[in-house]
Amino acid sequence: MPQIAQLADTWSSQVFWLLVFFGITFFVIGKGMVPKVMDTVASRDGQIAADLAAAKAARDAADEQEEAWRVKENENRAAAQAIVAKAKEAGAKKSETKLKAAQTRIDKKLADAEARIAEARTAALAEVEAVAVEAAQDIVKTLAGVKVTKPVATKAVKEQMAHG
Amino acid sequence: MAAEQAKVDPMYQFTIQALGGSDNWELAGYNIAFTNSALWMLITTVVLFLFVLGGMKRELVPGRWQMMVESFTGFIDNMLEANIGKAGRKYVPYVFSLFMFILFANLLGLLPLGVIGVHPFTFTSHFTVTGILAIISFSIVLIVGFWRHGLHFFSLFVPHGTPLPMVPVIAPIEFISFMVRPFSLGLRLFVAMMAGHVLLEVLSSFVIDGTNAGAGFGLLVGLPSFLLMIGICALELLVAGIQAYVFALLTSLYINDAENLH
Repeated sequence: MPQIAQLADTWSSQVFWLLVFFGITFFVIGKGMVPKVMDTVASRDGQIAADLAAAKAARDAADEQEEAWRVKENENRAAAQAIVAKAKEAGAKKSETKLKAAQTRIDKKLADAEARIAEARTAALAEVEAVAVEAAQDIVKTLAGVKVTKPVATKAVKEQMAHG
Repeated sequence: MAAEQAKVDPMYQFTIQALGGSDNWELAGYNIAFTNSALWMLITTVVLFLFVLGGMKRELVPGRWQMMVESFTGFIDNMLEANIGKAGRKYVPYVFSLFMFILFANLLGLLPLGVIGVHPFTFTSHFTVTGILAIISFSIVLIVGFWRHGLHFFSLFVPHGTPLPMVPVIAPIEFISFMVRPFSLGLRLFVAMMAGHVLLEVLSSFVIDGTNAGAGFGLLVGLPSFLLMIGICALELLVAGIQAYVFALLTSLYINDAENLH
């Protein structure tokens, strides 16, 4: 086993060169280069975190703006609806007034017409009565030879007409 | 006959050889020959440097290479944060170096470079190396522990809620288990790496000797051994990763003891 057989001859050389080369490894690579590599990693992690934070902030801002836009939109819609309702109400009122006026006119016309009809009817009835009285006088004169005076005949006709 | 036999020594791969006549290099009286082991430490360091360098483009959107390096640092970072908490971040350079150094050493040692005549050397299969790494980890635990908690660090040996009469019994046990840590840490890696390489070498000697003994033996012994080697190579890749992970994980757990006591 050379490790033991050569121990006395080689241990000092082994120790010396190990210390030299491990020393170089430690001071040049471990102390000099590794921290820089780790700095790079750390700065990249920092950058990623910062980018993520910026993206989150931007998203939050966008959300906020959208919310504001939504509120404004709702307000606008409500205002528009109010205007529409007002217009509708005004229209309804106007047409109501117009309708009322038209109704009044129609009612008046109707009342006039009814009055005329009633007049005509009364006149017609009076004529019918007169005709009936004359007819009754004629009939009585012809059948009974009795001359009935006009008032009597009128009374009788009126009685009969009242009975139907 | 003996001369014809293939000479496969499963332990030979662990032999340390000085390169380029550096046998007698000395520093303060100690031999510091530049060996094949040191060469592979150098290669590991360079490859690891190039790997991490590829991840230094610092692009906002990472490419594949940068992604790979970043996932390794992120992996170590997460492990330390999970085991130690926020205070664990300052150990990332050390644990990352440790993990990647061991991982690259293990993986480079497995490269099939023998095909082109270069033999990779797995220096993590030497307990001198793994032992030093374990001692460094253990020293960090001790230094951090005494730095942060002073003598209160000794309360580590008395787990929370231990009944008072049990303290004289529990404390030595805890102390021994604490002191065993660097040994278990270093030996685990060394044994796992050595065992895998020995196994591969033994199987390859079956393939070579079996085939040399004739076509029948080649089919009977060599072929199954070869198929098994392919499977074990995959297993060794897994072990290379797992052992590096275990070393880094245990180090972070021990540092957690020092940071947060129990």
